[in-house]
Amino acid sequence: MRRIAPLGLRTRLIAAFLLVAAISAVTTAALTYQQARNAILKQTQDTAVSTLRDQVEQQEVRLPLDQTELQRIVIELGKRGKPHPWIIFGEYGGVRVSTNPGTPTSSVITDNLREKVRRHNYTAFQRVEDQRGNPWLTVGVPALFEHNGSTVSTGAVFYASVPLSTEKQTVEAMVDAAKQGAVPGLAIAIVPALLAARSVLRPVRDMRRAAQRLGSGRLDTRIEVRGADELAGLARTFNETARALEQSVRELQDAEVRARRFASDVSHELRTPLAGMLAVTEVLDEDAERLDADTAKALRLVSAETGKLAVLVEDLMEISRFDARAAELNLDDVDVAEAVRKTLERRHWVDDRIVTELPERVRARLDPRRFDVVLANLVGNALRHGGAPVRVTVRTAPGEDGERLLIDVADSGPGIAPEVLPHIFDRFFKADAARTRSAGSGLGLAITLENVRLHGGTLLAANGPAGGAVFTLDMPLEARA
Amino acid sequence: MPRVLLIEDDPSIREGVGLGLRRRGHDVSSAGTGEEGLALMGGFRPELVLLDLMLPGINGVQVCRRIRETSQVPIIMLTARGDDFDIVVGLEAGADDYIVKPARTEVIEARIKAVLRRLSDPVGSRPGVEHHGELTIDRAGLSVAKNGERVPLAPSEIKLLLHLSASPEQVFSRQQLLEYVWDHSYHADARLVDACVRRLRTKVEDPDASPRYIQTVRGFGYRFGPL
Repeated sequence: MRRIAPLGLRTRLIAAFLLVAAISAVTTAALTYQQARNAILKQTQDTAVSTLRDQVEQQEVRLPLDQTELQRIVIELGKRGKPHPWIIFGEYGGVRVSTNPGTPTSSVITDNLREKVRRHNYTAFQRVEDQRGNPWLTVGVPALFEHNGSTVSTGAVFYASVPLSTEKQTVEAMVDAAKQGAVPGLAIAIVPALLAARSVLRPVRDMRRAAQRLGSGRLDTRIEVRGADELAGLARTFNETARALEQSVRELQDAEVRARRFASDVSHELRTPLAGMLAVTEVLDEDAERLDADTAKALRLVSAETGKLAVLVEDLMEISRFDARAAELNLDDVDVAEAVRKTLERRHWVDDRIVTELPERVRARLDPRRFDVVLANLVGNALRHGGAPVRVTVRTAPGEDGERLLIDVADSGPGIAPEVLPHIFDRFFKADAARTRSAGSGLGLAITLENVRLHGGTLLAANGPAGGAVFTLDMPLEARA
Repeated sequence: MPRVLLIEDDPSIREGVGLGLRRRGHDVSSAGTGEEGLALMGGFRPELVLLDLMLPGINGVQVCRRIRETSQVPIIMLTARGDDFDIVVGLEAGADDYIVKPARTEVIEARIKAVLRRLSDPVGSRPGVEHHGELTIDRAGLSVAKNGERVPLAPSEIKLLLHLSASPEQVFSRQQLLEYVWDHSYHADARLVDACVRRLRTKVEDPDASPRYIQTVRGFGYRFGPL
């Protein structure tokens, strides 16, 4: 089922205008035609009928009529045709004569007409068409005479057949004129249609543009209100809505900025005391050896937690910078295989827990530090939450805009629970609600995702066919800062 | 053990870092402001300066410039990651390396050692003095002269130049240089290399011509020559 595309407002308006114009043109033309045709025909009819009647009355019909006498009268009548030359037929009993010597009986005079004339002894007429479609007016006049004050029929009837081709042409000319007048009329009707369409469409189009701008984030968009019609009312409403929207969005943004700045400020403030504390953890750890068990335990606890706190604060700072869009890419051209190997070596993941598939001589443009963080986080998670062996696969594939770098990190663990999967990149998300704080800050995957996005890439978490979790990193081979 | 001058306005970091380093046998002298630190430069004659970038009064970047006017002592900046702009400005001002706060003492000491480490001659039997165009490089004396005039170079600059010129026309990636010259085994930051190259160029290259000695190979890194 294909729906027909809806017609535009402009098209519909023009169509309506044309329809109205067409209806009026056709109605006017039809009425005019009818009236004019009737008037023309009536005039012809009346002239022909009255002329024939007068002529017949003036003829002295001497009964009994013979063929010769009848012929004489017919010829006499035939000379006085009005408004057009006519053909006269005389009928008296079985005698038939006409002005056309070849055809004594007319082909256009109907029995119907004869019947009327005979029955009523009165003039009758009828409009007929011959076989060729030419219109004729046929008039029948009985020859009467006065006898003792009453009118008596002689039995002779004279018929005239008048060609109406002139009238037909006149009427046809009128129809043509009406037709030819209607087309420019319709064409002219398009002008007001267009004007009306424009006056409606322009505000509608302005509103559409404004709505698009509003949608693309330009919340200060307003429409010029012209006049006081419904469209102006709509424009006013639009402006009020935009104003309200702008205000609430601004309030939200301000609140968000405040919240972010607070998080950032807090981490900044925490960093200074932590720097002092972290510098002396070594001293605590060393001296704990020589103190009693409780003190030693307490010192080690302080030392260990200081380390964790430092990591957490560092991660918070990192996330704050992403939120504030202050994170920068420092791009460099690197050999991907070498970068991956370096990341693994630095963290001493060089034994058989890690299986790598690294194509040689793949050069990428990326931020080496961020890339290192991403890969270390994915592999670290795979070892910690999944299980060895962890498989790191690097490949390239053509993408829509240039080559893509694809890296899979798959573990051999039980996989990620389906209810956890959607939240795996959430901040501080704990896969197990009852789980205590792990070694990580709870921000690792969130930071990893942000780092990948910064490169213009995506990161997907899924469960592989063999059951382990698979993280797929997909980013452009040539990142753009 | 080296004499370290620590310029840091926050007392807890000053004390903590000072304590940690002294425990590892360093001779540490501390200053709470840039002015104080600059005043200590003459008397204490540090072999290395640990410099906080965010200082009250004259800031770390200005202190760095002032030190560089008279001395080529190694300078390591203490920064917070995220003060990205400051790192670049600090490196431009002549710092050799930087440490992100908060840092453990072992990390700080590793950076100190890396900066102080004399670059081992990558190719064993070399004459002490080499001539490359207008440059005279004395590998044994760790000095460089241009047209016979000695060019004062900071430790990272001389290391970089020695490393590149030891294998003329060989291209080194930024990552390789970070490892060889800075001993950075983690969070490699290529801006360190770029800033150092820029500083080195202002000292040894002709200002009006394109670089002759340290050439950029787009998409790969840097090389020395060909002259």
